Amino acid sequence: MNPLTRAARVLRRNLVVIAGLGTLGFLLLPNVIVTVFSFNKPNGRFNYEWQRFSTDAWTDPCGVADLCGSLSLSLRIALWATVGSTVLGTMIAFALARYRFRARSSVSTLIFLPMAMPEVVMAASLATLFLNTGVSFGFWTILIAHITFCLSFVVTAVKARVMSMDPRLEQAAQDLYATPLQTFRKVTLPIAAPGIAAGALLSFALSFDDFIITNFNSGSTVTFPMYVWGSAQRGTPVQINVIGTAMFAIAVLCVLVAQLAGRRRKRS
Amino acid sequence: MTATATTRGSGTDVRLTGISKTYGAFTAVHPLDLSVPAGSFFALLGASGCGKTTTLRMIAGLEEPTTGTVELAGKNVTALPPYKRPVNTVFQSYALFPHLDIYENVAFGLRRRGVKSVKKQVEEMLELVQLGDLARRRPQQLSGGQQQRVAVARALINHPDVLLLDEPLGALDLKLRRQMQLELKRIQTEVGITFIHVTHDQEEAMTMADTVAVMNAGRVEQLGAPADLYETPRTTFVANFLGTSNLITADVLGTAGDAILLRAGDTKLGLPATRCTAPARTGEKLLIGIRPEKITLTHADDAGTIADGRNRVTGRIAQSSFTGVSTQYLVDSSVATGLSVYEQNIERDTRLVPGAEVVLHWNPGHSFGLDAAQNVEAGTDVEAEGAG
Repeated sequence: MNPLTRAARVLRRNLVVIAGLGTLGFLLLPNVIVTVFSFNKPNGRFNYEWQRFSTDAWTDPCGVADLCGSLSLSLRIALWATVGSTVLGTMIAFALARYRFRARSSVSTLIFLPMAMPEVVMAASLATLFLNTGVSFGFWTILIAHITFCLSFVVTAVKARVMSMDPRLEQAAQDLYATPLQTFRKVTLPIAAPGIAAGALLSFALSFDDFIITNFNSGSTVTFPMYVWGSAQRGTPVQINVIGTAMFAIAVLCVLVAQLAGRRRKRS
Repeated sequence: MTATATTRGSGTDVRLTGISKTYGAFTAVHPLDLSVPAGSFFALLGASGCGKTTTLRMIAGLEEPTTGTVELAGKNVTALPPYKRPVNTVFQSYALFPHLDIYENVAFGLRRRGVKSVKKQVEEMLELVQLGDLARRRPQQLSGGQQQRVAVARALINHPDVLLLDEPLGALDLKLRRQMQLELKRIQTEVGITFIHVTHDQEEAMTMADTVAVMNAGRVEQLGAPADLYETPRTTFVANFLGTSNLITADVLGTAGDAILLRAGDTKLGLPATRCTAPARTGEKLLIGIRPEKITLTHADDAGTIADGRNRVTGRIAQSSFTGVSTQYLVDSSVATGLSVYEQNIERDTRLVPGAEVVLHWNPGHSFGLDAAQNVEAGTDVEAEGAG
């Protein structure tokens, strides 16, 4: 057989696998570069050219001024934004899915606006609001802004879950002697939990890496994405790559653990 | 009534007084009184949308009645929320908790009432429904029949005074359904709890229940033992919904002793006065009903062999279909078209084919009389699907 036709046949049979691997490679390549360059020892301030292998940055991740401060601020904001938007968003989702009240449909539409609106528009309008009400920019304005845009993601995720829930499950719980509070704790909440968890994870990720809205509403406070952006103009410390790599590794680890737990539960 | 005869006394009696439910302008259940004796197997039978499920949900407390009261063992529970009522429900879609395994599903009721050690009871209950080895599975890993048994176990473990079953066999295939009907009947006999069973399947209701209440458009049409309902329906709806009936419109000629004499076309028919629920006034109309299997079919050539005193109708076979056990004929006659006749296939008369002239005859004591003011077609092609 002609080697060319043979190659074409192999290609045709494995097209899905090849396309999949190609896409994965395209997506992961930036992460690989970031990881590789976290072990670089650049000459000068810019970490753009490979010089030689070193673990200096890994052994001293906070070695650059203000980096770890901004990181811990971003983590704190992400955490509180997650808590705030998850609690509020879950309650809104339940209200929208379960109850009929005036302006329900308009609330339901408005809640999606932050998702649909260009981020820069929302950033500017929030900044205008804070300026006009005389609130001083800083931690609290950033937090409020983050909760505002995370809310719509939580509502979407939780609402879908609540809507698809069989109302008979709660009736069955009540029929089996569960008070309304027990019904909520033992049946409603556990069943809605995957939706709530998805909303919370999304919130954390969105809040942690938000730049535009934060930049407009932070005043002199500097979050981690702002720090990276600022330092990129003056030089990029290797520590940024270290933190980026560490975060990527933690995220992958979380996904793996969740997958393993899910598989084990299915098997038992 | 036979319902009271089967009372065992270990369950609780249920009494509904003037209970009704309206949603806006729509009346789901018209005010009705219903008394279910303790320990009986009671069926609410009706087509979809007749109000049977709403009635059941009012007993469970999941629906608030617009008027009327619910009493359990003489105690008024109308104002009690579902979690304070000593009743448990087996839901139509089973409503098993998807986030809990079978064991925890069954233990749910006990745990909510603060029972400390549930292990023994749960294991016994799973043994009763033959699911002991599946205790740690999730509901979605079980087949329909297994899920149904979990739903029954989850309700029965609480030893409710009354067990409510809302079309519990609706999602199962025919064979499994018949099996589960016997199973449920066995369990009911064993535990002696009052069962109230909602179904649209007339055969299911008649097989399982001691007493059947036939519901139509938010009202109870008739209540009684399955055989009584079948043999002596009081409305055209019951006559047509439970099995098949031939209903013939006839004029009342008069009475002779305890028999009513009727005329349909040029055919004279008799009917015992005790089997007529409508007033029979001379000159007025009446419906005379007869079940297809009570009619004997004789070829016109042999008409002389028919015994005296039987109701006779002449006609011509329009259609015949062989079903194995019996042959079903449709006969057109001068008194009515499309009379249905079921003949057992014992000795088949080969002359009985479409087009043959025949005589339909039956014992007058097997016929029943109904008020002619009703819709003759009521209950014939009711959609027997889904929830009531």
